[in-house]
Amino acid sequence: MPDKSKIPLPIPTPETAHFWEGAKTGELRLQKCDECAHTYFPPRPFCPSCASKRVSVFKASGRGFLYSYVINQRPHPAFDGPYSIAIVELEEGPRMMTNVVNVDQTPEALQLDMPLEVTFEALNEDISLPYFQPAGDRQ
Amino acid sequence: MKPGTIAIVGAAETTDLGKIPDMSQLQLHADAALNTLADAGLKPSDIDGIASAGEAPGSVAHYLGIVPKWVDGTMVGGCSFMLHVRHAAAAINAGHCQTVLITHGESGRSNVGRGAFHGGGGATLPGQFEAPFCGMGAPTTFTLPFLRFMKETGTTLEQLAGVAVVQREWAAMNPRASQKDPLTVDDVMNARMIAYPFTKLECCLVTDGGGALILTSAERAKDFPTKPVFIIGTGESVEAPMISQMEDLTVSRAFRVSGQNAFEESGITHDDVDHLMIYDAFAHLPLYGLEDLGFCQRGEAGSFIETRNTAPGGSLPLNTNGGGLSYMHSGMYGMYALQESVRQMRGVAPAQVQDAKISVCHGVGGMFAAAGTIIMANEQP
Repeated sequence: MPDKSKIPLPIPTPETAHFWEGAKTGELRLQKCDECAHTYFPPRPFCPSCASKRVSVFKASGRGFLYSYVINQRPHPAFDGPYSIAIVELEEGPRMMTNVVNVDQTPEALQLDMPLEVTFEALNEDISLPYFQPAGDRQ
Repeated sequence: MKPGTIAIVGAAETTDLGKIPDMSQLQLHADAALNTLADAGLKPSDIDGIASAGEAPGSVAHYLGIVPKWVDGTMVGGCSFMLHVRHAAAAINAGHCQTVLITHGESGRSNVGRGAFHGGGGATLPGQFEAPFCGMGAPTTFTLPFLRFMKETGTTLEQLAGVAVVQREWAAMNPRASQKDPLTVDDVMNARMIAYPFTKLECCLVTDGGGALILTSAERAKDFPTKPVFIIGTGESVEAPMISQMEDLTVSRAFRVSGQNAFEESGITHDDVDHLMIYDAFAHLPLYGLEDLGFCQRGEAGSFIETRNTAPGGSLPLNTNGGGLSYMHSGMYGMYALQESVRQMRGVAPAQVQDAKISVCHGVGGMFAAAGTIIMANEQP
């Protein structure tokens, strides 16, 4: 059985707390600059494009596509067999690392540019991780 | 820097490479440093500047009995030594010091007296936004951009395997190489899968070793017993500390900034280059390097290697020591790439490129997180 306690836990900082608070409630949160409209990730309290401190947190769509990945073949206690480590490009533009779940972990099943949607898994009462799975038919 | 004002007058690796269980990591620095001092005909007391990565420069200086008046502990991963060369050149030209020792030693395989790599834990940005997805070090992280690179450039898995095949040909000519047996593309593609699409033979070795360099002004170089190797161009840059945050997974911005700076500084063109080193922690790095340094057009690096341009007898000999894939890779390989460029410029490499006059030596740090480029010449321009 996979032992999820072997996953290295993120430790939120003041700058990233909103992201992890959102994850707990099933929201994928990004930030957007109120001055230049740049959408960015990972979190920081200023815009990495124009340095403005007028930035807002918003709930992202949770949709994106598979940008690149590897399938790790070496055993990891948190996984049952080979597993993908992936980069997803979100509909809003930023990219983030994830594991693609609820799909065969094979090159045939994992096609670049396939649509994905976020799904959260709670590791404990403070931390839920954003994983991605093949997008369903919903709008 | 002004091309040709600084020379490398001492260069050596550790006495042994590969498996060195009887030396701590600090002693590997010292072994390389002592060999390099002997190469240059110097004693530790002749050194007035020190740079190192992996071990703190203060630890190395104290261990060797050096009293430095210039210190550089720049640590950006495996290309730190390229940055040390660049910084040392500037320091010598500025008059901060005269004779700089740059050391590397790493007990990558035997793990003797080796401090851990401290990523800073779960509160860093990589700790929060990458580590939880359970990458298992460089083989699952550094490799992550490559499927996207393949899709956008048309590069094939056969071409990726070809990188390892050609470098093994170079390694076969090098008595100190860890792996010398010939390989075929099928051998590479059928080797144990580590992280799809990368097989074991497309990942670097894990070995022990070290190396060191001594730099001084070109003016003073003639007083040394060694054939001086002149620094004619330098570059450095950094990009993202997280692979997922590269601007574009199919190009290295750091490679481009560093390489362009080095070429501009040197005043040479790509056609002037006789010999090339591109740090190959994994087989895709020479593909990125050839394209981002401007030796190949986008998407052409795979076929450039496949058609033997970088192989023995080819127009652009690349990774002539066998590289990180076949020569050695202790963890921070940049020093060994520099050593091979120096050997080629001295004319003493095991697989010597005939009449080689200019060598470009390009390193990567972290997972595309940093880059350093040093261009060397065997004559003062």
